[in-house]
Amino acid sequence: MAEEYDEFDDLEMSEGDETEEGKYLTFTLDAEAYGLEITYVTEIIGIQKITEVPELPEYVKGIMSLRGQIIPVVDIRLRFGKPARNYDERTCVIVVEIADITVGLIVDGVAEVVAIPAEEIVPHPDLDESDSRQFVRGISKVGTSVKLILDCNKLLADDKEENPNREAGY
Amino acid sequence: MAEQYINDPMQEVFIFETSQQLEQMEQSVIKTEALGSYPGETVNEIFRIMHTIKSSAAMMLINNMSVLAHTTEDMFYFIREEKPQYIDVSTLSDLVFEGIDFMKQELEKIKNGIEADGNPEILIGKIKEHLGLLKEKNNLTDSQVVNNEPVKEKYYISSNKAAKISVPKTYQVMLQFVENCGMENIRAFTVVHNLKEMTENFKSIPEDVINDPDCVEIIKRDGFILEIKTPESRDKLEDFFHTMAFIEDIQITELNEFQDIREEISNLVSDEAIIVPQLSKMVVEQPPTKEPQNFNGCHGQSMISVSVEKLDKLMNLVGEMVISEAMVTQNPDLKGLVLDNFNKSARQLRKITNELQDMVMSIRMVPLGSTFFKMNRIVRDISKKLGKDITLKILGEETEVDKNIIEQIGDPLMHIVRNSADHGIELAETRISQGKPRAGTITLEAKNAGGEVLIIIRDDGKGLSREGILKKAFENGLVGEEAAMMTDTEVFNLIFLPGFSTKEAVTEFSGRGVGMDVVAKNIEAVGGNILVESVEGRGTTITLKIPLTLAIIEGMNIRVGETCYTLPIMAIKESFIPKSQEVFRDTDENEMIMIRGQCYPILRLKDHYKVKNGVTQIDEGILIMLEGESKTTCLFADELLGEQQVVVKTLPKYIQRMKKIEGLAGCTLLGDGNISLILDVNGLVDQKRLNN
Repeated sequence: MAEEYDEFDDLEMSEGDETEEGKYLTFTLDAEAYGLEITYVTEIIGIQKITEVPELPEYVKGIMSLRGQIIPVVDIRLRFGKPARNYDERTCVIVVEIADITVGLIVDGVAEVVAIPAEEIVPHPDLDESDSRQFVRGISKVGTSVKLILDCNKLLADDKEENPNREAGY
Repeated sequence: MAEQYINDPMQEVFIFETSQQLEQMEQSVIKTEALGSYPGETVNEIFRIMHTIKSSAAMMLINNMSVLAHTTEDMFYFIREEKPQYIDVSTLSDLVFEGIDFMKQELEKIKNGIEADGNPEILIGKIKEHLGLLKEKNNLTDSQVVNNEPVKEKYYISSNKAAKISVPKTYQVMLQFVENCGMENIRAFTVVHNLKEMTENFKSIPEDVINDPDCVEIIKRDGFILEIKTPESRDKLEDFFHTMAFIEDIQITELNEFQDIREEISNLVSDEAIIVPQLSKMVVEQPPTKEPQNFNGCHGQSMISVSVEKLDKLMNLVGEMVISEAMVTQNPDLKGLVLDNFNKSARQLRKITNELQDMVMSIRMVPLGSTFFKMNRIVRDISKKLGKDITLKILGEETEVDKNIIEQIGDPLMHIVRNSADHGIELAETRISQGKPRAGTITLEAKNAGGEVLIIIRDDGKGLSREGILKKAFENGLVGEEAAMMTDTEVFNLIFLPGFSTKEAVTEFSGRGVGMDVVAKNIEAVGGNILVESVEGRGTTITLKIPLTLAIIEGMNIRVGETCYTLPIMAIKESFIPKSQEVFRDTDENEMIMIRGQCYPILRLKDHYKVKNGVTQIDEGILIMLEGESKTTCLFADELLGEQQVVVKTLPKYIQRMKKIEGLAGCTLLGDGNISLILDVNGLVDQKRLNN
């Protein structure tokens, strides 16, 4: 149903872009820049009203309506165990669709779309023991800055068993 | 020629029709079996259905089904013609059932896009053997029954004298099909079908090629005769028939008068007396163009079958429309404006939207009958296998439920009926010794109750044993010391816990201990619930409460903190602003309120779901009394927002996968574009009990 509406504000990624391979959408959290494979991204929207859903892990902020479709929203900061931060006009929701599951990811801000050849990505050195480590698949160098390439599947993986006492924000 | 028909709509119709016919046949056979003999009409019915399936399967190029149907048809042809004294009803029914099962399986394969590759050889062998046996037992081995009855009243002769005036040209075409090409009637139908593209003005002999079982023989013997009125030239006609497959010989004669054809026919079918006036009546009653439509499964022109997918889509669209309507009429831009005309039109729009919605809902409503009748077969199979005497009584099968729900409750229902038949009903000897009637009775009843449908499965078997259940539950660690304190209802509810089964032995039909919890889950999935009542030694009654529909509910929106929740109106008894002195706490800090001498627990949604903000002072908010399945609770919220029809949407998969949130039934979009969470009253109210 959602496809039938045509009024939306922000930039939209057209699916099936000529060459999606090796292209990454980069966004920022604090000082770090992260890359997300562009094939998974359906669109980017500004932050909207989110309805809280009870009894869920803290990083699931709730659900929001995307032109009639109801999608869950995950705060990437909290997912990575970083402290919460107030949303501002730079805050974006990246809507990703992975294996039939659509999720909105709240990020501090979206940077750009860059092409990163596979050979430019080096595997994770396995040194960092922080929470976000599990989501990083590789590290790449684009220009002067370093980008952490995320593993989308892990991002949405079922983590029922995860320990609940990760009180990062509030 | 057949290839050109193989496309999806055709296949859909075939599957739909054939499964309906199989269903019908199954029911008649079950009825017959109860009678202990095969009445003529049933034999005819089976014969006719098998015949139809044979033809249509052949047309769809599904050979195994066609062949099997053919063999069955032969058997029933023999029974119909010879009316043998001795019929082994039980074996015969078994064979028919086996045949039905086989065909259903094949249909399922086709539905799933797999080739129907089942091998019916063994079954066909069995049927043939049985036919041989029948012949032998009835000393009819020599009978030369051949399927060649003469036509009965199945051709058209226009006696309407007016018709002969100003006819462009009338041809009589006689077609002879290639000998032994098989399925002559289908070939004939193909001809008729194609001819329709050229002209509507023709008659055929035999007229009803599809439904008349005897026409194959007639066509074989006399050829297929068409009388065509057309301005086309004779050559063109001949060319047309040459394009048809399996046609050996074409004879085209030009007729001037209808009289001619009538004479022709009386010669051809000399063994049948023709009474012209009667025939003339027929022509009036039944225009020939109707035939192919009959074949397409539209019994009469007032019914069409629509795919559920389209209905779902329509349903979704109507849902969206309900939301959009609210978005327009409750638009914040309109606030404070005096808009008499707008409001008038808006009311009209709302009325039409509601009507449209009701209509769409009613389209999706399907009577429970077919689901109920399926149970006949299950009861039959079990009673036969276990040597029990069981009667299945069906009441209220005309009760209608949303199509989606029907699909969901088929399996649970089957499970419960199986359980009743397998574990509930005792063996005949036991029953007699207990002073019960020899035959056990299982009653399936459906009735409407408000916005819900009750499905009651009652048996007069041995009932549930409190001790037996407790013992078992204790062994499986499902209950602890508190067992002795539990009420009967609580004890009986234990059977719905995963991993519970009181039946020691696993039988073919039930008793694997996975049954009842799956039942409970399925019923819960459609928003229903189960009640068990039982008296040991007297029987068990299981009641399924099912909502009429899943998609749209009348809701009351309430606010807690910044979140909006929706309660089904049906569950709300009353709402009121409490006075703080009416509220008290017991020693466990459970908050309660006394209303008209009755004490009700208070559930604060804010605390329950740990909502930020929101009213904490009891006299600043509102209490809503909710009637759940087993008890009544007062829900404390900040305020009521108003009543609205809401379209139930499931929570996103991501969240469902993460956790089942007790008390949340789904979510919905409100008129202002916000999302409201739909509360599941039973889940909320019963949560305490479940936690125990």
